[in-house]
Amino acid sequence: MTGKTLYEKLWDAHIVRADADGTALIYIDRHLVHEVTSPQAFEGLKLAGRQPWRTSSIIAVADHNVPTTDRSQGIADPVSRLQVATLDANARDYNLTYFNMNDRRQGIVHVIGPEQGATLPGMTVVCGDSHTSTHGAFATLAMGIGTSEVEHVLATQCLLTRQMKTLQVRVEGQVGPGVTAKDIMLAIIGEIGTAGGTGYAIEFAGEAIRALSMEGRMTLCNMSIEAGARCGMVAVDDTTIEYLRGRPYAPQGELWDCAVDAWRELVSDADAVFDKVVVLDGTAIQPQVSWGTSPEMVVPVGGRVPDPNEEADPVKAEGMQRALQYMDLAPGVPISAITLDRIFIGSCTNSRIEDLRAAAAVIRGRKIAPTLKQAMVVPGSGLVKAQAEAEGLDQVFIAAGFEWREPGCSMCLAMNADRLQPGERCASTSNRNFEGRQGSGGRKHLVSPAMAAAAAIAGHFVDVRELSS
Amino acid sequence: MKAFTQHTGLVVPLDRANVDTDAIIPKQFLKSIKRTGFGVNLFDDWRYLDKGEPDGNNAQRPLNPDFVLNQPRYAGASILLARKNFGCGSSREHAVWALDDYGIRAVIAPSFADIFHNNSFKSGLLPVELDEAVVERLFREVEAQPGYQLSIDLAEQTITTPSETLHFAVDSFRKHCLLNGLDDIGLTLQHADEIRAYEQHRYQQAPWLFAGVAAE
Repeated sequence: MTGKTLYEKLWDAHIVRADADGTALIYIDRHLVHEVTSPQAFEGLKLAGRQPWRTSSIIAVADHNVPTTDRSQGIADPVSRLQVATLDANARDYNLTYFNMNDRRQGIVHVIGPEQGATLPGMTVVCGDSHTSTHGAFATLAMGIGTSEVEHVLATQCLLTRQMKTLQVRVEGQVGPGVTAKDIMLAIIGEIGTAGGTGYAIEFAGEAIRALSMEGRMTLCNMSIEAGARCGMVAVDDTTIEYLRGRPYAPQGELWDCAVDAWRELVSDADAVFDKVVVLDGTAIQPQVSWGTSPEMVVPVGGRVPDPNEEADPVKAEGMQRALQYMDLAPGVPISAITLDRIFIGSCTNSRIEDLRAAAAVIRGRKIAPTLKQAMVVPGSGLVKAQAEAEGLDQVFIAAGFEWREPGCSMCLAMNADRLQPGERCASTSNRNFEGRQGSGGRKHLVSPAMAAAAAIAGHFVDVRELSS
Repeated sequence: MKAFTQHTGLVVPLDRANVDTDAIIPKQFLKSIKRTGFGVNLFDDWRYLDKGEPDGNNAQRPLNPDFVLNQPRYAGASILLARKNFGCGSSREHAVWALDDYGIRAVIAPSFADIFHNNSFKSGLLPVELDEAVVERLFREVEAQPGYQLSIDLAEQTITTPSETLHFAVDSFRKHCLLNGLDDIGLTLQHADEIRAYEQHRYQQAPWLFAGVAAE
């Protein structure tokens, strides 16, 4: 018998029952809840007269709608305010663990789970949010679900689903200096496309992945969904275990030792067979910049905006044409010639302490370009913010001309007051460059925190490796 | 859940690949705490010439005459013909609710994003996957023939066009739920004893998974 992949181990360990047609009921260990996708689920639960199955599995937090400026006056927008108030009420009614808007641990749901040690290896983790794949960095089976499934998990602690196929993405060799997890992931999406992972669970492996910190692995797994995969994961190693040691909700003492022994098993067996394998040469990956309106539309920073006329697939060429029009770019324009109006460093992809350190290292002692309208840093959580302030990073950003904000999803999807105006162009460390994502008519380029910082200094895209030399 | 058995309706072609859920229902409308009322803002950025806001008066807004849903020949369409990777992006079920609320009962495409595909079944919206070449042919037929209608029969797994009958695949469990309008929470709770047994067994193996996260 051949060995199992990490995904297969996680899947097998969570099957409550499986039907002959492949439909399975899998048990959910951790349920993360935020204000946007949960109100209708709680309402459904109430209408049916049901109770949550196991409230100790739930952590709730308000992140999408919250202001990133002074919160002492509450939320100005009445519609956003009602949505957060609804989560407040549901958390109270069902006695849920809830990090409300003014809790110092509040932050983006995918930042605070791991930060609290509430995301542990071997878990199944769900949330009504596609970027739940982030938690796969801890060798969990973590996936985004819709609101009906949120209600299903609340009521039954289970998810009705089918086993996925397995895709190993191996990045061989080490990436060069200035090349980050974000660049690796954008390069992977550029390679396999936004539907390349549809129907698959991705496991990221190889020397370049093993060398990443947990923050880097979270960035990588976070964008699995941008490659079409509902979940992405990285096997357990010392880096995983050291990150979790001493976290508030990680096991302690004897239980910790038992847990670590179990976690060490959470790797794909040497003879495991994946349904598909993709191999990338890590040494060849350059800092990436997205030019279009889909995360697969990326090029290295030294490259140029591509020409749809050179694309053989007519549907793809038409998509490129439309993207160029929306982005107001012409084929052949060097990426470094694209000038920017705003810089956004934040989101569940890149708002952790390592991301802020990387950006601050580029910015230290420099000023943002006078042509920029705004540059902002939105830390992923209250604790990330406090850590950054303890290290003096806030002063580095402020001295350079950045705004230093309160934690939340912010401009990544512009549900709060932070958004682009029509026609404005932004370098963003977030995950989606869809039309209107960051504000109706706004144009958004995806980059790493270091590349966003470099662009802030130059006022246009620039290779961060040249800026630092 | 709303059942889906058979449906005959006018087809509207949306000729773009990778239509994402941000396009289907832009984020400002996700602030609603209800499941209904999203239809008027379906494809809002493409459908209207101005910028939509929640609680805005949509009847007064200027329509984009170039957008396919606004063309008179497609008024009242209930079957959306789309390109590959339809519904990619965020997990928002609001995208399905918006299509349903607008009156779309089925979406036909060469492929769907996983989460959208999953969400569709929960609201009685049928996603139908057909080969890319077949979808291409349907696009040409729809554009060539005003008033082009299709009939979809879920029990038989067939689509009948004016010229042919096509077969499509569908997961048997989902088909069963959709045909009968079954609430899958109720179905799952029939297995409550198995869930409890799993929980107890798992607790013995890995008690740290069950530690509550207490308030600070």
